Amino acid sequence: MASDVTIASPPDAARNPRGVGARRVPSPRALIGFIIPLTFAVAYEAAFRAGLVEARLLPPPSRVLKTLADLAASGELFAHARATLLRVAAGFALGGAAAILVGAATGSSAFARRLLDPTLQALRAVPSLAWVPLFIMWFGIFEESKVALIAVGVFFPVYLGVMGAIASVDRKIVEVGRVFRLSRVAMARRILLPAITPDVVIALRSGLGLGFMFVVAAELMGASEGLGYLLLDGQQLGKADQIVAALIAFAVLGKICDGLFAAAARPLLRWQDSFARVSAEGEG
Amino acid sequence: MLRLADLGKTYPNGVEALAHVSLDIPQGEIVAFVGGSGCGKTTMLRLIAGLESPTSGRIELDGETLAGPHPSVGVVFQEPRLLPWLTVAQNIGFGLGGLAKAEREQRVEEALLRVGLAGYGDRWPRELSGGQAQRVAIVRALVARPKVLLLDEPFSALDAFTRASLHEHLLGLWEANKPTLLIVTHDVDEAATLADRVIVLQPKPGRIFAEPALGLTRPRDKVGHEFADAKRRILAALDGSLQATPAAGKTPEIAGAWW
Ligand SMILES: Nc1ncnc2c1ncn2[C@@H]1O[C@H](COP(=O)(O)OP(=O)(O)O)[C@@H](O)[C@H]1O
Ligand SMILES: [Mg+2]
Repeated sequence: MASDVTIASPPDAARNPRGVGARRVPSPRALIGFIIPLTFAVAYEAAFRAGLVEARLLPPPSRVLKTLADLAASGELFAHARATLLRVAAGFALGGAAAILVGAATGSSAFARRLLDPTLQALRAVPSLAWVPLFIMWFGIFEESKVALIAVGVFFPVYLGVMGAIASVDRKIVEVGRVFRLSRVAMARRILLPAITPDVVIALRSGLGLGFMFVVAAELMGASEGLGYLLLDGQQLGKADQIVAALIAFAVLGKICDGLFAAAARPLLRWQDSFARVSAEGEG
Repeated sequence: MLRLADLGKTYPNGVEALAHVSLDIPQGEIVAFVGGSGCGKTTMLRLIAGLESPTSGRIELDGETLAGPHPSVGVVFQEPRLLPWLTVAQNIGFGLGGLAKAEREQRVEEALLRVGLAGYGDRWPRELSGGQAQRVAIVRALVARPKVLLLDEPFSALDAFTRASLHEHLLGLWEANKPTLLIVTHDVDEAATLADRVIVLQPKPGRIFAEPALGLTRPRDKVGHEFADAKRRILAALDGSLQATPAAGKTPEIAGAWW
């Protein structure tokens, strides 16, 4: 083991060079990113106070914050966010689960792929929003059509991600399973599942992002509650501050959901070199 | 006893990778296979491992015909092929699912100790050097106590120092249960260091060309002239195998390919 001596430092010394807690504290460099938005906010606020800009089209930060605070205090913000979240959750769960099942089938069976993939690829060519009229005819204008639209939006990226992940599982690793005579079930559980987990997590995260995109579309088409309703209501009543407040609420909600999802997935991906770094940067 | 009886493999694309290979290998023997690229070394190991099925002939282990992967046959590939989502200890215990937890853990601990990786059990594979990872791969195959261990150029990606240390580790591990070792190598020195028998193969179709006598005892004295003589005999046989190849004249780069 002569040559390994240099590499083989005592176990704890080399272990986990990135402390798990260390990346929680934003470094001063990460704060550089705040310079532009903060400068803009301060400058805009100052310009507004000096009477240089008109607040009707783009309200000053102070007014947006006040609107947000009022909406939060009255409980409206929470109720709208809740409605939006429930729609995203339902659509994401439906679309994601269907995509994982179908993607698993087409990824692991050539027959299923030949049978299903052409149809799905054809359907994918339809822009998801184009389904809206049909969904409204089928499911009505209430929750069902909204959830269906979100589910469709979530389905395709997740489907492609899962199918691709299975197709690209390293054949060499599968051979290790064969050498140890794993049954089909054991092969799926002990080799395929862990091997595709990173890609599936990425696919689900992008699916979740699309879920938020489509919930906006769904709510803009008519809703009596939801953050999208706040947008629409703000537009109709000319309340730019409410629109901006809803935009901020969307951004925060999306970011929180993505962060929670990533955090929930992290224990599954502890073994992966790149994951911790990529998601830490994403959160920074 | 591992018996290859008139073994042949023609791939679906028509390539005759192996033809008429017959060989008896007594239990516990260390056999090195050497030969230029494409003479069917990998194919032969994959047939014995049960990862491919022969198009002719049979493989028997102690009278039992092997069809598919067998619990008594372990494999070490050229790359460690550790499962990146399992810790080192979990990788080593991967094939021990049938054992009780205590027995499994004990074997894993023992294995780690034996290859100088005590305390590395809960590391991830990505934290290991190439040599360490290959040591883990070797013990992963050996903890299941196979009768036969197949190694396909297991050390070819490692530097000379690491390789020499892995030779020691491999021989040390072999001492414990004396499995039959079939090792494919491009390295004449490696063959002479490890093997009881060296078998030189020849391509198109892959077959046995010669079995140069080694005349060496264990432990090997790597500076003595017997060792140098044995290496010379292996080299001579290898040269012969490349001369005898019909295609050798047309594609002179083959001669250098195994270097
Ligand atoms: N899966 C395969 N399909 C078709 N031909 C193959 C396959 N694997 C190997 N061969 C061919 O069989 C011959 C022997 O290959 P291989 O066993 O890998 O030789 P070696 O390990 O001695 O270099 C080569 O001509 C190679 O191209
Ligand atoms: Mg080979």
